[in-house]
Amino acid sequence: MKPQTASNHTAAQGLIKPAYVILLALMTLSGMAQMPIFKRYYIADIPGFGWLAQFYVTHILHYAGATLLLFLFFYCIGVYFGRLRRRFNLTGSAYVRIALLTAIAVTGIFRVLKNLPDVVFSPGFTMLIDISHLAFMLTLMVCGTVFVILKRRWLAEKSL
Amino acid sequence: MPLLSRRSFLKKSAAIACAACASQVPLPNAIGAQSGRELATLIDIGKCIGCEACVEACRDANAVKYPEPVKPFPKMYPSRVKAADWSTAEKRDVRDRLTPYNWVYIQEATVNVGGREKTFTFPRRCMHCQNPPCADLCPWGAARKFKNGITLIDPHICLGGRKCQVVCPWDIPQRQTGVGLYLDLLPQFAGNGVMYKCDRCYNRIEEGELPACIAACPEEVQTIGSRSNIIKTAHDIAATTGAYVYGETENGGTNTIYLSPVPFETLNRSIDKGPGRPHFNPVKDQMAHADNLAKAMLIAPFAGLAAAFGRMYLTAKRAGGRDGGQP
Repeated sequence: MKPQTASNHTAAQGLIKPAYVILLALMTLSGMAQMPIFKRYYIADIPGFGWLAQFYVTHILHYAGATLLLFLFFYCIGVYFGRLRRRFNLTGSAYVRIALLTAIAVTGIFRVLKNLPDVVFSPGFTMLIDISHLAFMLTLMVCGTVFVILKRRWLAEKSL
Repeated sequence: MPLLSRRSFLKKSAAIACAACASQVPLPNAIGAQSGRELATLIDIGKCIGCEACVEACRDANAVKYPEPVKPFPKMYPSRVKAADWSTAEKRDVRDRLTPYNWVYIQEATVNVGGREKTFTFPRRCMHCQNPPCADLCPWGAARKFKNGITLIDPHICLGGRKCQVVCPWDIPQRQTGVGLYLDLLPQFAGNGVMYKCDRCYNRIEEGELPACIAACPEEVQTIGSRSNIIKTAHDIAATTGAYVYGETENGGTNTIYLSPVPFETLNRSIDKGPGRPHFNPVKDQMAHADNLAKAMLIAPFAGLAAAFGRMYLTAKRAGGRDGGQP
């Protein structure tokens, strides 16, 4: 069997990175659109961006994007533990990303639960969920940008 | 000074008298104010005489919650952002629509019944949806639904972005600029006041009292009780009188049920509709798509793991094939 190197591993995971970046962009955009700012600041007036001022559209897109992101996370978890863990370690930046993504997902799941009929959370808890979801996302954006600039990857090949 | 007509005099006298009496009418014991059960109200349009006692009682009971904006308003950017000001003496007095200072108003419809024109009047206010889009989509958690079926907007948190009004099928919440949390943040660049609407006198219900509009009504147009009882009562009356029901299934179900002797399409054609004047259209469940997607979210992690293991299985199989089945 041909030994797997970091380079052909990257090629095999080729679809995951663009999918992750596109989904995060969609989630950021549709998440920010939950605040009524895109119409106020003329962004929704740009041809092709009118949907950003449609609250039901952005809400459904946010839910659909979250569903796809959850699929992607668990796909990556499965592949890492099933196949990659023997040759690769998670880097420090990966642990930071995973912690933030988990926090975003958990707070997001609570928000989805709160939005279901007959599910009522206390006002304080609802606000905590809302604000922490936004805060974790902003932190991920800052950390992600720093990691991209510093070229910090998710995986590091184990030294023999 | 304009003279009062006899009808106006009677209406105003009834309103003032009823508002005065409404100050401390207890909730019926059966409702159980602290039980946390979802409460609904039944509005029997056939009983309403349009005296506006409910309007006056609401204004008296909730005057302490009305906005007292800081003026002049902060300049807001960009220029398309307009101030919404209902705080002048003249505008505070508006009673023929919903405003930040008028949370219930009497809507009127003149319709043809059996060849005769008949005028119906009925109170309009927040429907208190079972799954309220205003509370679900409020980005700050300022709009909230409580277990007892009340949806209210917290004036200390609301930034006045008006999203709740945009997503409300009946455009109920109304904005007042120059008040609220946004003044302490970035008043020029974000927020625009506070949204106001009926909170079904949550503080009176907490104290075991009836909402002011219900307590003040001389004709007992409105009744309040657990939603299941209210729905049953509405159906019982409809079965015996042939009345029509609105609010039971609208937007997935609301906690304000209207009973009308004439079809709601007929009423809807006759009423003034527009800003602050809600319609009687059929309304689909606005949150249904999101609720279905929420169920899909439950499946996503399992599907992701299944896809990962499927891929690993295929990779191992292909590798096995290339190695000629050798371990």
